[in-house]
Amino acid sequence: MVGLSVENLVCVRGERTIFSGLSFRLRGGDALVLSGRNGAGKSSLLRVLAGLLPPAGGRIAWEGTDVGRDKDAHRAHVRFVGHADAVKPALSVSENLYPWAVLWGGRAAAAERIASALDHFGIPQLGETPGRWLSAGQRRRVALARLLLAPAPLWLLDEPRTALDTDAAARLDSAVERHRKGGGMVVIALHEGARPPGALPLDLDTLRAAAC
Amino acid sequence: MLSGALALIHREIRLAVRQGMDSFMAIVFFVLACVLFPLGIGPEPQMLSRIAAGVICVAALLAALLSLDRLFQADFEDGSLEQMALSSMPLSIVVLAKVAAHWLTTGLPLIVAAPVLAVLLQLDVQAYGALLAALALATPSLSLIGAVGAALVLGARRGGVLLALLILPLYIPLLIFAVAAIDAAALGLPVRPHLLLLAGVCAGALALAPGTAAAAMRQALA
Repeated sequence: MVGLSVENLVCVRGERTIFSGLSFRLRGGDALVLSGRNGAGKSSLLRVLAGLLPPAGGRIAWEGTDVGRDKDAHRAHVRFVGHADAVKPALSVSENLYPWAVLWGGRAAAAERIASALDHFGIPQLGETPGRWLSAGQRRRVALARLLLAPAPLWLLDEPRTALDTDAAARLDSAVERHRKGGGMVVIALHEGARPPGALPLDLDTLRAAAC
Repeated sequence: MLSGALALIHREIRLAVRQGMDSFMAIVFFVLACVLFPLGIGPEPQMLSRIAAGVICVAALLAALLSLDRLFQADFEDGSLEQMALSSMPLSIVVLAKVAAHWLTTGLPLIVAAPVLAVLLQLDVQAYGALLAALALATPSLSLIGAVGAALVLGARRGGVLLALLILPLYIPLLIFAVAAIDAAALGLPVRPHLLLLAGVCAGALALAPGTAAAAMRQALA
């Protein structure tokens, strides 16, 4: 069974066609790395896959059924880490994560899930620290810790290594690795640095060159 | 889903308490706006008691409007809103949770402050019950209708002014019915029909506003 399949996807922002004729398939354990210059449509593609941005054409199917049919169900399959960290300065790190832990995984053992997610990203000591005292890298770690609060089959990561040091980048790689071993799928937009092992490459620049 | 909505309400209230200014300012604005009237038109009790109902309702409406432009804007800017949109919980429930928190932090304090201002403005004593009932029915509608406006202006420049222009016309029925209820009580006339109309507006807003605001929000998030 194919997990996520994308056929002839077209994305239009304003008057401009960002990409068209995009097709790929992802099975459990697959990773797709998006590359391309700035403005090539990496973020737009991730937002389309998340169900935030409606595609201008084409079809996205989850386990063979069109995601347009039940959009709320599709959005629940997705964890998205975008450019914004969604960390509130007035709340402590665990208070920041608590609503998401409950929203995605229910109230059971929410505090434990938050603690283990913070632990994985190497910031267990920051649980009570207000968001306003965090550095950019620490805020990014909190945003990534959100991935581990509750399982979701599809991770969409938009330049996840921004502001991360080598330690945090390694922790992110191991989280992605574990997610893939558990049968999860991941789509990452990456500018530079090592790609996850066995990742499928997708260069949006060549796609546009083919479309023109 | 219920526990998710409750967690969101809890988060909103915690945020409102921690960064207190937003809702606190709305209440201070409400009190100051009401206090300006006796200063501006003189302390004659008859004059004041005639305009009291209208002044309190208009001030409450403007105070609610003042706090609305932050309702979704902060979460929109820092990315929290797109995280909320990516869950199995329908976005209209998210809207409802945020509206509930907005009412608890703005509407409820307005209701509590109103009787004090009614004393200041020489409102007829027998109209106090109607004042509280009218505000209790009108303030949830203010938050609900306001949420539609707040969602529509997400991402717009000068959103605050645009929000006022969009929402104030929609607040007119609430104003008319609330003032009519309070005036009727002061004159010893039946209050019930006016309160029922207010309750009707509230029920309509409860049914229509969350879905409309959620649709507007999806546009902003795309």
